[in-house]
Amino acid sequence: MREVAIVAYAQSDCQRDAGAQNEVELIMPVLQEVYKQAGLRNVQDVDFTCSGSCDYQQGAAFAFVSGVDALGAVPPIKESHVEMDAAWALYEAWLKIQMGMADSALLYGFGKSSPGELPIVLSQQLDPYYLAPLWVDSIAFAALQARTMLDQGLISEADMAEVVARSRRNALQNPHAQLKGEFSVEELLAEPMYESPLRRHDCCPVSDGACAMVICTVEKAKEWGKPYAVIKGIDHRIETHHIGSRDLTRSVSTELAAEAVGVNNGKVDIAELYAPFSHQEIILKRALNLGDDTVVNASGGVLAGNLMMASGLSRIGEVAMRLIAGEGKRGVAHATSGPALQQNLVTVLEAQ
Amino acid sequence: MSSAAEILSQEFTLGYTYTRSTGPVVGRFLTGLRNREFVGIKGSDGRVLMPPMEYDPVDAAELSEFVSTADCGEVVSWSWVSQPRDAHPSDKPFAWALIKLDGADTPMLHWVDAGDESAMATGMRVKARWAEQTKGFITDVNGFVPESVALVAEYVANEAEEPVSGIEAPIYLKYQFTAGQATARYLVQLKNGKLVGQRCPSCSNVYIPPRGSCAACGVPTQEEVELSNKATVQSYTIVYIPIPGNPIKPPYVIANLVLDGANLSFLHLLSECNNDDVRIGMRVEAVWKPEEEWTHAMENIKYFKPIDEPDMPADQIGKLKEEGR
Amino acid sequence: MAQLAAVVGVGQTKYKTKRKDVSIAGLVREAAQNALNDAGLGWNDIDAVIVGKAPDMFEGVIMPELYLTDALGCNGKPMLRVHTAGSVGGSTAIVAASYVQSGVFKRILTVTFEKQSESNAMWALSNPQPFSAHLNAGAGGYFAPIIREYVRRSNAPYDAGIKVAVKDRLHGAKNPLAHLQLPEITMKEVEDSPMLWEPLRFLEACPSSDGACAMVIANEELVAESPGTPAWIRGSAMRSEPTMYAGREEVNPQAGIDCAKDVYKQAGISDPRKDLDCAEVYVPFSWYEPMWLENLGFAEVGKGWELTMSGATSLDEGGDIPWNCSGGVLSSNPIGASGMIRFAEAAQQVRGLAGAHQVEGAKTALGHAYGGGAQFFSMWVVSSEKG
Repeated sequence: MREVAIVAYAQSDCQRDAGAQNEVELIMPVLQEVYKQAGLRNVQDVDFTCSGSCDYQQGAAFAFVSGVDALGAVPPIKESHVEMDAAWALYEAWLKIQMGMADSALLYGFGKSSPGELPIVLSQQLDPYYLAPLWVDSIAFAALQARTMLDQGLISEADMAEVVARSRRNALQNPHAQLKGEFSVEELLAEPMYESPLRRHDCCPVSDGACAMVICTVEKAKEWGKPYAVIKGIDHRIETHHIGSRDLTRSVSTELAAEAVGVNNGKVDIAELYAPFSHQEIILKRALNLGDDTVVNASGGVLAGNLMMASGLSRIGEVAMRLIAGEGKRGVAHATSGPALQQNLVTVLEAQ
Repeated sequence: MSSAAEILSQEFTLGYTYTRSTGPVVGRFLTGLRNREFVGIKGSDGRVLMPPMEYDPVDAAELSEFVSTADCGEVVSWSWVSQPRDAHPSDKPFAWALIKLDGADTPMLHWVDAGDESAMATGMRVKARWAEQTKGFITDVNGFVPESVALVAEYVANEAEEPVSGIEAPIYLKYQFTAGQATARYLVQLKNGKLVGQRCPSCSNVYIPPRGSCAACGVPTQEEVELSNKATVQSYTIVYIPIPGNPIKPPYVIANLVLDGANLSFLHLLSECNNDDVRIGMRVEAVWKPEEEWTHAMENIKYFKPIDEPDMPADQIGKLKEEGR
Repeated sequence: MAQLAAVVGVGQTKYKTKRKDVSIAGLVREAAQNALNDAGLGWNDIDAVIVGKAPDMFEGVIMPELYLTDALGCNGKPMLRVHTAGSVGGSTAIVAASYVQSGVFKRILTVTFEKQSESNAMWALSNPQPFSAHLNAGAGGYFAPIIREYVRRSNAPYDAGIKVAVKDRLHGAKNPLAHLQLPEITMKEVEDSPMLWEPLRFLEACPSSDGACAMVIANEELVAESPGTPAWIRGSAMRSEPTMYAGREEVNPQAGIDCAKDVYKQAGISDPRKDLDCAEVYVPFSWYEPMWLENLGFAEVGKGWELTMSGATSLDEGGDIPWNCSGGVLSSNPIGASGMIRFAEAAQQVRGLAGAHQVEGAKTALGHAYGGGAQFFSMWVVSSEKG
């Protein structure tokens, strides 16, 4: 394996509604920021570019095509796109680096979720004969999962509130976070139910924004003279779409990915988990076998702001930046996609 | 540079009624629903999967052994929706539930009409409330109800004999679309009867409609440039098929037009000429609608029409920069 | 550094206007199962699945790979979804190959599809949004002016497009999977077909199809586990440029030129017409054959139509560089799969498995796809020789 370095990462503010900013206008500032961090002039200075987005978020086919307008892709560039979270764009680029087709890559993810009714839009990513016609919203799946956990005594409502309280508190230190503040578990438990057993604060907010990252080989990072964090392992897995065949109290695909990248081969100092619902952070912590000595979601995580199609890449970027800043030696980042954590990606990172 | 742009926002619906073919397994299940019965399928490990899967979730085998189950069962998990959304199957509070039907080994997801959250519990017994008229669709089950609820329904017999092989799936999603800053500025000017593009600070090319960036240089554009009503035909096509939702009758000419002072073409209609006379390099000008009809749309210009000026050589179209630059 | 990789299995569906007999999963599964059968493998032999398709609006299922997990035997495995507009079939093959060429995986399955009959292609490709382009006459309306400019520059005869339309349909008549089966088609029939977007006639445009295409790609170690000749991936490349920018060359896009140069260099090809035995090139509108002949370096700029008119690209006329022996996009067009079909058909040629449309003794072939406003390109060169 070639060791791959993360040398630059930027994320926009999570905004409930970015208003008159279109995709290009959301992407461009984060691109300029990572160019600056990595000391690049523009996209022409990297070997490969890959992005993640979803056409249905804003309701127009080919959202990513307008994304290319933000790049300055003249002369033409080596570029690709996944209709997934940009964490998988990173994976695609990581493979390109492994095979020697690239020594550096630019990645970005973007999404403007505010124009649509996101939980209903996401109902249409379900089985098109049995589930999508019932308009089963994305919150429902999570709620059914949380109830199963509560019924089996695997979590309590206070555990869920504790996750939220910590997210809001941590987000106070994150200038890009959308929801932040000091809340006690008691205060949170006093809130009414939303889709029971979930309260509104158990669910991530809807956010608009983008993030970008530059990765390269370790040799290149040294040549550029930039501080970096190293990707020691990255793997992703999906599991059955048949909801009745899943054990909703676990994230089997996360467990498989964690095993593949050796999450537990060393102490994990920090972790960023893409848990759009509070109880899922607990499921993921267990799937990754993270102990109390791991600082989880120091950024506040996606409960404090969720940039659909960028949040997964953001988790990786957050861990990388914290490792570069000296907050730990080894970190884990996780990304997810699909209903009730159907698909998951796990990355192990180490400080330089 | 003008002041901050007006925010232009408008609701639109992304929608289509999809025609889905079901294949034999989904079709068998939906045929069952039409007859007010549940049909699951035996998985590779002998479990009865509900709803039936075409392929086994464990070993990917193609499945074909159908098994009938009861239309009642037990709630395995549930969630209470106190404020249903427009798209939801019920307009009063209801529960989403995972329901394990008697005779099935996996729960299926559907909804329960229980009246009040206090009536819901894990492990409670529920039964299907069949639609009075079925059609071979997942909503033939008009939700489940607690088993104790007495159902009095006049079922309309479904005369169809052919198994279900297709469904119609209306998927209409509402969006509140907001134009980007550059587009909004451009459209606001268009409503004033002006064609205003943007110049790239790096290569100095002028874009109309502006997109807020120079795609070639990858830099934001802000400097605004008012352009003339005159343009040159860069290329064109004569279209013989109607545009969906557009009243123009074929054949009509769609041309790639480059406005004087701009460096990129856009598409618009060409009229007031014989289609056969249209040629690359031809000079044209905008014909605007009456001022009172102006709105935030390129349709303010009805079409372009030829003017009496010599043709522009093809290799110069779009290449001319403003004098002195 | 890249590991050797080869196509060891190809599976396609029959292409049709409407595949009413299958679900979306059933359609995709059919191609995938055919590919596994071809490779002599089972679902457990696959390490990862890479899926590609064009906009989700075609079927109205967002990220349908989530729902397709079980049909593709992917439970517990990695799955990735590519979307790069019309070039997606080719890009997906290239991404899939990188799973193996990186040395990270030994053998993977890749599948692309479109079930266009679930909606309407023109709607799905350009559903109108507020404040956006007001005029839309479909893909033909976009490409016809570019073709007109090509004709102006090259002084091509009016019937060069007609010739391609006939040639590709005659090729398609040799391919039992091709959607359009027009063995009796004539120049006159094409010329008399209704004009849609002048200069493009009805029979000079691609159909709208349902269909899927799949491939199994294995590393050097596992190639021998599958029967028959493997198609070694000798080079692959992708290029993108923006849809519109000042001074963009639309007739002969730079991205296509650069992409071809890149893939030829990797595969050791100096003269594509001489060094390649055949090519499967994305030609959805007839005139794109002469245009791409030039863009891809098979002919000098302005001379592509001469190659077409000479019969050099025709299997029936014994041409030296047959293009689109499968019938091409002009004979079958499930958009999300169309690019991969080109890549897979190139593989079938060098594996000697192309049946009635086989180019005798073909050893090296080009697969090509493009998308968007002819701005996204993906290409690969496959060969029966490891190199």
